[in-house]
Amino acid sequence: MRTVLYLSAVVLLAVCATWAYRVNYATQDALNRAADLRADIAEEREALGVLKAEWAYLNRPDRLRALVTANAEALGLVDLTPEQFGEVSEVAFPPPPPPEAEGAETGAAPPAGPAPAAAHRRAALATNGAIE
Amino acid sequence: MIRRPLRPLARVLSARAEGSDPDLIEAEERAARLAQRHREERRKAETRLMLLGAVFILGFTAVGARMTLLSAAVPVEPRGSAGSEPIHAQRADIVDRDGAVLATNIVTASLYAQPRDLIDPANAARQLAGIFPDLDAGDLTRKFTDGRKFLWIKRTISPEQRQRVHDIGEPGLLFGPREVRLYPNGAVAAHILGGAGFGREGVGAAEIVGTAGVERQMDSRLRDPAEVDTPLRLSIDLDAQVALEEVLAKGMADMNARGAVGILMEADTGQIRALASLPDFDPNLRPAPPVSGDPADSPLFNRAAQGRYELGSAFKPLTAALAIERGEVTPHTMIDTKGPMKWGRYTIHDFHDYGDRLSVEDILVHSSNIGAARLAIGSGAAAQKAFLGRVGMLAPVPVELSEAARTTPMLPRNWSDLSTMTIGFGHGIAVTPLHLATAYAALANGGLLVHPSILASDWRPGEADRVISARTSAETREMLRQVVARGTANIADIPGYDVAGKTGTADKPLPQGGYARDKTISTFASFFPADHPEYVLVVSLDEPVTIINKTAFRTAGLTAVPVAAKAIERLAPVLGLRPEYPPADPGRTADGGKSPERAASLYTLAGND
Repeated sequence: MRTVLYLSAVVLLAVCATWAYRVNYATQDALNRAADLRADIAEEREALGVLKAEWAYLNRPDRLRALVTANAEALGLVDLTPEQFGEVSEVAFPPPPPPEAEGAETGAAPPAGPAPAAAHRRAALATNGAIE
Repeated sequence: MIRRPLRPLARVLSARAEGSDPDLIEAEERAARLAQRHREERRKAETRLMLLGAVFILGFTAVGARMTLLSAAVPVEPRGSAGSEPIHAQRADIVDRDGAVLATNIVTASLYAQPRDLIDPANAARQLAGIFPDLDAGDLTRKFTDGRKFLWIKRTISPEQRQRVHDIGEPGLLFGPREVRLYPNGAVAAHILGGAGFGREGVGAAEIVGTAGVERQMDSRLRDPAEVDTPLRLSIDLDAQVALEEVLAKGMADMNARGAVGILMEADTGQIRALASLPDFDPNLRPAPPVSGDPADSPLFNRAAQGRYELGSAFKPLTAALAIERGEVTPHTMIDTKGPMKWGRYTIHDFHDYGDRLSVEDILVHSSNIGAARLAIGSGAAAQKAFLGRVGMLAPVPVELSEAARTTPMLPRNWSDLSTMTIGFGHGIAVTPLHLATAYAALANGGLLVHPSILASDWRPGEADRVISARTSAETREMLRQVVARGTANIADIPGYDVAGKTGTADKPLPQGGYARDKTISTFASFFPADHPEYVLVVSLDEPVTIINKTAFRTAGLTAVPVAAKAIERLAPVLGLRPEYPPADPGRTADGGKSPERAASLYTLAGND
């Protein structure tokens, strides 16, 4: 009887020791992985910081100014001026859709109306200004 | 074991035969047995003791060995408990009110040498001098070979330079990581940001410390590890800041000025939307502070927060507002302006004779010194001092710039009646343009004193901050509107924005005493739109001069005002301020104000202000 008790104790000890050994190493693996991931995150954040700094640097006002000046013909951007504020009433309403096209082409955009040229230009300028 | 009997038969028989006592034999045997048992027990005890000793020795050896190991090992942080994210930056970013980056960090490397590990010091020195033009090969060789163990070569180097140093292949040249502060917009907002440098330095890292401006004032907030991930948001609007700097730079060149200041402040809250002081500098390459000459000539000098100037007639609205607030006058009360006005040994002149009497409004419109002096003396020295104190003119501006806190206004030592009169028209007291902007915000916004601030916040002044009544504020606004509509600042009458403001031209004091005849500070303090002001704009030019018809003019009406007008025209749309045209006004063109009348008024403008 006593022998059985001893034997089972020894077996239990061996099982526990094996379990502890495995858990120990599994924990260390997990810790290593977490440390690696943290290092990766730190690296990514650093890269993000560099990208952010670079984005800000590429968007610095004097560079944008130089680019706008160099591409003035293509872009036509000008400084925002008080004249560029328009009124909603200055924008011509699109004419009512022609009566024969009712319901058939609801998805199609209404054709541009005969807006006064001046108001049209002002609206365009205002848009440009807002972008700049 | 063979058991020995206590009474062995052979010996008992022989003893009986010999006639001796057989009991002796038994006793003998018993004694032998006892001795045998004692021997065995002793051996057992000895073994037990040995075993115990061995266990103790083993135990102590293990503990000792562990202690030796622990004391010799490099300390390691417990890894399991670190649940937070690693700190990736040691200083928080600074962004403008819309989140555009104004200051951030990037990681570069520093370069140092351990001369003992250098294989060929002379060659290393020569190659380093080739990579960094500011290093001298001879000097480096001497430093490499004079027996020192450590030498900083460069605090920060670029990745390209790092690669080239790497290519030298010298084991004694080493790199350490360095975080540096980067201001991506260059000189934009330089005086607000200030700059940052290295504090304590080690091979592995160096702390970044703010050296000026908001970087220095908010240093502990920017370095606080708990807040390092939250950028510091300023009230600055980058677009407005750039526009203001552009206009000021152009105005400074046009008016041949030595320096220029521009402050754009929200009238209701005191939030500073743009603040420029020219000349400026690039905070990425902050120049060393000057060791000789006037510090005010250095580009590092923040004229808006550090420059104390007698701002001249721009003070007159404060004088008038005080008199109206005290109920002494209304804007239409007639004041005696017959000149010259004598007070003791002192005589106060007006530039032109404006007649014997002017209304309070016309005193501002024509900028009459005599009229302002009469208003000031009418209120009295004590009331004037108390009022200037309430609008913050007697203490440093509480803005979050390290320079402002160190700049106390220059006040008269003895606040006499004469001082009261000269302060009435802005002489004898020297304050910063920021003081003036703060006071104008209070005049314009209905009478509430604002805290000028460079940090974005939702703070608004309450009734506790009231310095003048809403009625006085409204009357002051109307008077200042008239200054622009028909007075010394009419160039700033921009259609759609109803600018109101006051010019100020003050002769610069000379270092040896007295005032320079041909050096002025020209200021235009304004707000717009006049009846519900959104922004206060103060523009100040240092020693401007403009030539019109071969005559040099220095008055603010012809120097600071045109620059301010350009600034408002440029800034208001950027700030999203919609022009408001009176319904009857058909003249919606840019040159709406350029009437023939304006050219005719040039001479008048060049006069008093």
